[in-house]
Amino acid sequence: MEIFNTIANGLRDWLMGSLGFSATATEIITTAVWTLVAILFVMINLIILVWMERKLAAYFQLRRGPNRLGPAGFLQFPVDIVKVLGKEDIIPANADRFIFKIASTCAFITSLTAFAVIPFSEGVALLQNLNIGIFYFIAVGSTATLSLLMGGWSSNNKYSLLGGMRTVAQMISYEIPMVFSLLGVVMIAGSLNLTDIVNAQKNTWFVIPQLIAFIVFFIAATAELNRGPFDLAEGEQELVAGYMTEYSGIRWAIYMIAEYGNLVASSAIISIMFLGGWNAPFGLTFIPPFLWLMLKIYLVIFVFMWIRWTLPRIRIDHLMHFGWKFLIPVSLANILVTGIGVYVYRMITL
Amino acid sequence: MLTEYSGIPIIIVWAIVFPALILGASKLFHPKNPTPVKLQTYECGLETQGDTWVQFKISYFMYALVFVAFDVETVFLYPWAIKFQSLGLFAIVEMFVFIAILLVGFWYAWKEGALEWM
Repeated sequence: MEIFNTIANGLRDWLMGSLGFSATATEIITTAVWTLVAILFVMINLIILVWMERKLAAYFQLRRGPNRLGPAGFLQFPVDIVKVLGKEDIIPANADRFIFKIASTCAFITSLTAFAVIPFSEGVALLQNLNIGIFYFIAVGSTATLSLLMGGWSSNNKYSLLGGMRTVAQMISYEIPMVFSLLGVVMIAGSLNLTDIVNAQKNTWFVIPQLIAFIVFFIAATAELNRGPFDLAEGEQELVAGYMTEYSGIRWAIYMIAEYGNLVASSAIISIMFLGGWNAPFGLTFIPPFLWLMLKIYLVIFVFMWIRWTLPRIRIDHLMHFGWKFLIPVSLANILVTGIGVYVYRMITL
Repeated sequence: MLTEYSGIPIIIVWAIVFPALILGASKLFHPKNPTPVKLQTYECGLETQGDTWVQFKISYFMYALVFVAFDVETVFLYPWAIKFQSLGLFAIVEMFVFIAILLVGFWYAWKEGALEWM
């Protein structure tokens, strides 16, 4: 998208030329402005996604869902935001107040910093030339575990503690297959930079040579996001709401923003790593690259929601067995097969 | 946009400021009326029994220990994955030996029941 770079350069010229800032100050202000744009992007996506989730859940269950405010109930969620702003902020008397207060903000920090590295088309990202791209995403994304455990532990509530502990067990277990499955893509592309990885998919999307890695990554991402059928951490029927049982009002809303932010970020990573990023399929280049990426992201999110509202929750021992005794061996085997495959392919072609 | 890593502190600052802003905005609107009953721990209407912060089930920590081994392995695997195309056959065999050693440990943990949910 040329327009983003044009705006960025225009802003830079205006700050340096008309207002006379130094080069460093200009860069800091430009990054700050783009970060604000990223936050707004997350918030707009949040509004669409919550509406989409409620509508889809309703239709999967043969209901109508929200349909009173605005067209097809679209204004329900903006009104809910106003309601949440006016809700009392209850902190239980027994809670560890300091950790209880900062936990939801920590979740938001993780969510936003993970966003920084995702390119939305050629050269449009908060951290443009980060050469460790995908590794940064994994590293930052794995700290999400901590903020959820902080929320669960500090509430001093048995449901919250159980939810927090389950989150940790689940997220660290599924992180290994997730990381191993991305290795296959990195081996073929020969780079960690997300822009390079997308450019390597000009002819063939990596979902074709790396189908097993794609499936493993999708399952692991579902578990990392604590979405159904792996939503043990907040299973309503057993743990009330897991780690956020004691949260109310705006602190709860910040947790929700972080959760949907992570959903968009993970879907974006799936689209970039496996589904060709902003490359247009079948030569349909008249749709701009940015829109192609958004289409793919929303397609992935739709599948996430479809799975969530279709499959029943699984038991925790089954969850751990599936992760450790099935997904990890499969993803390791995928690395070995990819290694041999790439080597043989290079022997034939060179 | 700042190149490389110097943008990260700015993003973190924004990520702290934005929740602080909406928390502050909420503070202007929301009522504040804490009562002892309202501040009780929520356990489906019953009064809470005993301590919450107790020694916890060991299985969670067993998984964490095995996880550390795998996570350190990842750190070694990623640089290899980028460069292995130019390093030739030696690098592939080398990495297979590395993964094989890890698999022995994994097999041992499996055999000893560290991966069983008890």
